[in-house]
Amino acid sequence: MSYVNHADLGGREGFGRVFAETDEVLWHAAWEARALALSLAMGATGAWNIDMSRSARETLPDYAQLSYYQIWLAALCKLMIERGLVTEAELAAARVQVEPRPLPRMLRASEVSAVLAKGSPTTRPVAGRARFEIGDRVRTRANHVDHHTRLPSYAAGRVGTIERLHGMHVFADTHARGLGEQPQWLYTVAFDGRELWAEAAEPGSTVSIDAWDDYLEPA
Amino acid sequence: MSHDEHSDHDHDHSELSEMELRVRALETVLDQKNYIDPDALDVIVDTYQTKIGPRNGARVVAKAWVDPTFRDWLRHDATAAIASLGYSGRQGEHMIALMNSPQEHHMVVCTLCSCYPWPVLGLPPIWYKSAPYRSRAVKDPRSVLAEFGVSLPETTRIRIWDSTAEVRYLVVPMRPAGTEGFGEDQLATLVTRDSMIGTGLAAVRGPSS
Repeated sequence: MSYVNHADLGGREGFGRVFAETDEVLWHAAWEARALALSLAMGATGAWNIDMSRSARETLPDYAQLSYYQIWLAALCKLMIERGLVTEAELAAARVQVEPRPLPRMLRASEVSAVLAKGSPTTRPVAGRARFEIGDRVRTRANHVDHHTRLPSYAAGRVGTIERLHGMHVFADTHARGLGEQPQWLYTVAFDGRELWAEAAEPGSTVSIDAWDDYLEPA
Repeated sequence: MSHDEHSDHDHDHSELSEMELRVRALETVLDQKNYIDPDALDVIVDTYQTKIGPRNGARVVAKAWVDPTFRDWLRHDATAAIASLGYSGRQGEHMIALMNSPQEHHMVVCTLCSCYPWPVLGLPPIWYKSAPYRSRAVKDPRSVLAEFGVSLPETTRIRIWDSTAEVRYLVVPMRPAGTEGFGEDQLATLVTRDSMIGTGLAAVRGPSS
């Protein structure tokens, strides 16, 4: 079954103007704020990781029709139902019907400030030399993969230049599939606008992405 | 009001209450299963409503404008420099500061979702998370900037940064002319949220704005 990422929007046409609200409020309804808080609180239990969250969101079949927090809510339910933490019937009835599953931890009110301030760094100890150095020319992986990845389609199979090394980071592609952190060297790769968009490119523009080692080959 | 307008109005209301009901149902079940502490939800909401927002980033920028040592620190280790002002953590664990200049204008996007430097800018605006910006910022940045009312000289190169991993980017806009002698607090008021994403410029506001 093919993995469809509905969120891979870079370079796609037809979405129209950017509409920016003046004095935009954080949340347009109280439920949106609760959806954010529920997502963060459940994420903090350790039942899944952020890469699994992103994967759950981007694969929602109605991604394009949902508002931002509707996406968060739908993905949260999907993640929990997949793990047997809740059932559809419970959510519909607003009533517990199935025994709770044990979770690694619960985020308490008194801990929120410290937990948010600490975050979840993805850097891991350096093991082995980086394959690439600043200035190296690299080509990104060209083929579509059947899983969560952070190489956008518009930057696939393109030649760019290593701009920065970020040390070793948890690898999103494996982390999202429950295959472990498998840290890899992370690089910023800079592409000439023309490499990505040919004559349509903004003259003199550069687009940079952050790419793990697995995405790259020497060019 | 036409019949169709009534239907749309009612539809909006019923969709809203449907979402409210779903979220409440979810919260009830999760609370009863002891997965969440409902008070923690209140703290999270309050944190992003009142404590973490673009005023944080504006302080970072203002300090960079007046203090060359801090600016240098920001260049070499933005995470540590920003943390020294008390801003750190979730979605800002690995920071890079991008310095705008007359030669180079930086713009930040997350084409794949909505990655954004929360500790310094708070939660992202809807436009940042939406398809028009995410699709066009990497391909046609100048027209996107025009829609924000930003017009750059043709000689200024535009650099777009797609936040594809956990590195988060903070744009340090250029210090506006005519601000010599302004204190840090006053300078911070000139730094808009959009100028730290790269869809705006810091400016001394005229009497009309």
